[in-house]
Amino acid sequence: MRIAVLASRVRAEEKLIFAELERRGLDYVKIDDREEIFDLHQREYPFDVVLERCIQHSRALYMLKIFNDAGVPTVNTYHVASTCGDKFLTTQALVHAGVPTPRNLLAFTPESALEGIEQMGYPVVLKPVVGSWGRMVSKINDRDAAEAILEHRDVLGNYQHSIFYIQEYIKKPGRDIRSFVVGDDCIGAIYRASEHWITNTARGGQASNCPLTPELADLSVRAAHAVGGGVVAVDLLETEDGQLLVNEVNYTMEFRNSIDTTGVDIPARIIDYTLRIARG
Amino acid sequence: MIATCPECAAEISLPADTLESEIISCPECGAELEVISLTPPTLALAPEVEEDWGE
Repeated sequence: MRIAVLASRVRAEEKLIFAELERRGLDYVKIDDREEIFDLHQREYPFDVVLERCIQHSRALYMLKIFNDAGVPTVNTYHVASTCGDKFLTTQALVHAGVPTPRNLLAFTPESALEGIEQMGYPVVLKPVVGSWGRMVSKINDRDAAEAILEHRDVLGNYQHSIFYIQEYIKKPGRDIRSFVVGDDCIGAIYRASEHWITNTARGGQASNCPLTPELADLSVRAAHAVGGGVVAVDLLETEDGQLLVNEVNYTMEFRNSIDTTGVDIPARIIDYTLRIARG
Repeated sequence: MIATCPECAAEISLPADTLESEIISCPECGAELEVISLTPPTLALAPEVEEDWGE
């Protein structure tokens, strides 16, 4: 079995994955995107499977494309990475698969974005379409804030920041839910609680176990399938009337706070799945 | 393994299971450091977070 792991920065997650590969006596090579030079005319690669664990979305995307085009199976696929790496594409996938997700608007100018925000009603959440860990995600409470943020995004940002992805603000109960999906199974979930409305654990949200109800598991798997399936983490919001909405799907999931919390050996499940994909 | 913090010159003891490319914090100055080599143990300031970093 020839396994490659794409990674640059070795986070706690990559360390756990390498340890699991070694525990099973599986040989692997680490491909560091900072060192690699890809010959785009090369059409074959000597791997049975590639596990992607890059910290940088753009690089992950291109490398997955190279391997998929060469016929090498990857976890996750280029298609999944491209969909999950872009909030607009994720929303499109969820909406067209009939997966409940917050209301979203898309606009391309500050003027039309402001009109959209006013139509939706305050507060709203403005997010960059590419980005993670809650960076530059803004809760906009009134027109003054909307005008300021839209102008800043338009003037200071690159073109990506002039794609205005506007989401209805969900009054969640001081927490959101992150569930973990591997293939067709939802293997566990955590609550992420915070005093702040941004609940990412990368931003200080506290993880605790979330009981896996049939509804949560089913919705998580449907969300995963909507973006193309594989190994993904699904972020869900609870509405005041108890409905679950899928907010985002992550394709290079972080899980360091979730192994003890859920009691699930997540790296082992990732490697199980990776080996299944390698065997076809 | 002992390495030197490039920011504050502190001597940092690296655990035996340290991997290349792993990120650590200097216990003295708090700088985020990347293990760029194990033979010999060498640390560099970790790269700044870029816009498309994440999960």
